[in-house]
Amino acid sequence: MTTTDSKIKLDIKKIQLDFPILSREVRNNRKLIYLDSAATSQKPQVVIDAQNNFYETINSGVHRGAYYLAELATDAHEHAREVIANFVSIKSEQLVFTKNATESINLLSYSFLNATLKAKYGAEVDKRLILNPGDEILVSELEHHANLVPWQELCLKTGAVLKWIPITDQGLLDYSKMDSLISPKTKIISVSHMSNVLGSITDIELVGKAAKSVGAFFFIDACQSVPHMPVDFSKLGADAIAWSGHKMLGPLGIGLLAATEELLEIMPPFISGGSMIESVSMQKSTFTKAPKKFEAGTPPAAEAVGLGAAVEYLQKIGMENIHDHERHLTKLIVDGLKNIEGVTIYGPTDDQDRGSTVSFALNGLHPHDVGQVLDDMGIAVRVGNHCARPIMDKLKVQSTTRASTYIYNDDSDIQTLLEGIDEVFRFFGSK
Amino acid sequence: MQLSNMYQEVILDHYKSPRGKGLQSPFGGEAHHVNPTCGDEITVRVLLSEDGKTIHKVSYDSTGCSISQASASIMFEQVDGKSTEDFDKASNEFLAMMQSKGIFEPNEDILGDGISMIGVAQYPARIKCALLSWMAAKDAIIRANGDK
Repeated sequence: MTTTDSKIKLDIKKIQLDFPILSREVRNNRKLIYLDSAATSQKPQVVIDAQNNFYETINSGVHRGAYYLAELATDAHEHAREVIANFVSIKSEQLVFTKNATESINLLSYSFLNATLKAKYGAEVDKRLILNPGDEILVSELEHHANLVPWQELCLKTGAVLKWIPITDQGLLDYSKMDSLISPKTKIISVSHMSNVLGSITDIELVGKAAKSVGAFFFIDACQSVPHMPVDFSKLGADAIAWSGHKMLGPLGIGLLAATEELLEIMPPFISGGSMIESVSMQKSTFTKAPKKFEAGTPPAAEAVGLGAAVEYLQKIGMENIHDHERHLTKLIVDGLKNIEGVTIYGPTDDQDRGSTVSFALNGLHPHDVGQVLDDMGIAVRVGNHCARPIMDKLKVQSTTRASTYIYNDDSDIQTLLEGIDEVFRFFGSK
Repeated sequence: MQLSNMYQEVILDHYKSPRGKGLQSPFGGEAHHVNPTCGDEITVRVLLSEDGKTIHKVSYDSTGCSISQASASIMFEQVDGKSTEDFDKASNEFLAMMQSKGIFEPNEDILGDGISMIGVAQYPARIKCALLSWMAAKDAIIRANGDK
C-alpha cells in the first residue's frame, strides 16, 4: 500500500504540473482557474497515461479469452478493483464497477424493484428487498437529483411512500425532525454524505444509527466525500455507498458501488446479459456472484485502470493532507466572500460542517451573468441549479454560483476568484 | 474585453429597464417555457385578432439572466401590435442569427434592438437564454390560433 498519510505541507505548484490541462489558456488567453471540481475533476498525467497504456499495450476482452493479452487486461482490471477497494477499506468482492454514481444508485433502487416484481411472480427473493404499498423510503431535502429521482421512481412502481428530512436555514439536515420521520415502515434511508451545492456534511453516524434502529437499509451518496476526505466504508455503518470516478481524478465513464457482502448476495441483478451469468439455457439462467453479478456486458476496463492510477496518485499525496488543504481553501473562500459587500453565502459559513464546495449569490445579479464575467477572466465556476432543484426552492432562488476546489487549487486561485467577483460588480455597475 | 461584444450597452439597458413586462388579460394563448440548465422561466401571453393575423397584445413575465431578460424586452418591442407574419419573419431572422456563431449580417429593420444579440451567438451556452422568449411567444401564438 502506498498510503503516506503523514501530515505534510503540500507543494501545490508541483502538483499543478501533474495536470496538463492546467497549463492551457482559455478565453482571452487567460490562465485557467478551475473551480468546478464538484462537477468533474481534472486528470493528472499518470491517469491519462494509464488509460492510454491500456489501449496501446494490453487492449483485449476482460474476463473472456484465454490468450496472453486477455490475461493482462483482466489482471489490470482486477488490480484496479483491488486498489480502489483498498482505498475505502473493503474487499475487492465488495466493489462493483458501474457507468457512474447515478447508475450505482439506480442499481440499488432497481434491485428493490426487481425483487418486488420477482416475488410477485413466485421467484425466491430475500423478503427484506420486497416493498409493499405504504412502506417508506427516506431521503433528505439536500439530495442531488441522482439520489432523489430513482427513489421517486421506485415509489411510483411499488406504492412505497417517499419522505425526506428537511434542511435548516444553514443548509444542514434538521436532525430534530428525523425521529418523527423514521418508523418500522421505513425500509430504505439514502442520504448524501456531502452536499454538492452547499458543501454541508451530513452526520452519517446519527442517520446510520436511526436507520439501524428500525432495520432499514442505509445508503450514502458519497460523490462529494470520497474524493476529498478519508472514507472507511466499515466506519460509516452503511449497507452501500455510491460515488463516481471522474470526480476523484479518474476518467469519465466509470462509477462505483461499495456494499456489504450480505447486500450484494441478496440483491438480484440490475442489468443482465453476458459476463454476469453462471449457466444459461433457453429456459432460464443462473447468475454468478458479486461483483460480476452486477457487471453485465464488456466492462470499461481502460477506465477502471485509469481510476486505479488516480487512487494511487491520491494515496501518494494522502487523503488527510488533501482534506486539510481543502479546509484551508474553504476558509479562504468563505472568509473572502464574507468580506465582499453584496455577496450572500448559502450553506454553513464555518469550516466545521462543510467541504470546499461553496454556493453564493451576488445580490441583484443572475448567476449566469456572474459566471460569464468570471469566464472572461479564465475562472471556471458552475452556475445553475446543480441538479438539486429542491435546494433552490428551499433557498428561494432560481440558481446559484458555485465554486469548488481540489488538490490542484492554490491560494492565488481563490484570490483571483475574489478579485473576479469585484470585477463582476464593476461590470454590471451594481456597486 | 470580448465580453462587451455580448453585453452591449443596449442589452444592459433592456435588462435594467425591461419594456412591456407584466402579464396582461385578456389573452388568447399562453406559453410557459423553462431553461432547465439555469432555471430561467418565462410566461408569454398573446391576444390575436379575430382572423389570427395580427398580434393585438403580447405580454410576459420572466425571471432569469440579463440575456434572457433583455431578449424578452426586445421581443416585446418587435412583436407587440405587429402581424403574425412579421413575427415569423423576425423570429426566423433571430433564430438564424443565434445559430450563426456570430457570422451574420442581421437586418435591423426586422430585428430592431435584437441585432445587439449578435455577440451572444458566439457563446453556445447562452444561445438558449436569448431564444427563450421568442420560442415561448411562438408557442403562445400557435396555442392562440389552435383555440380558435
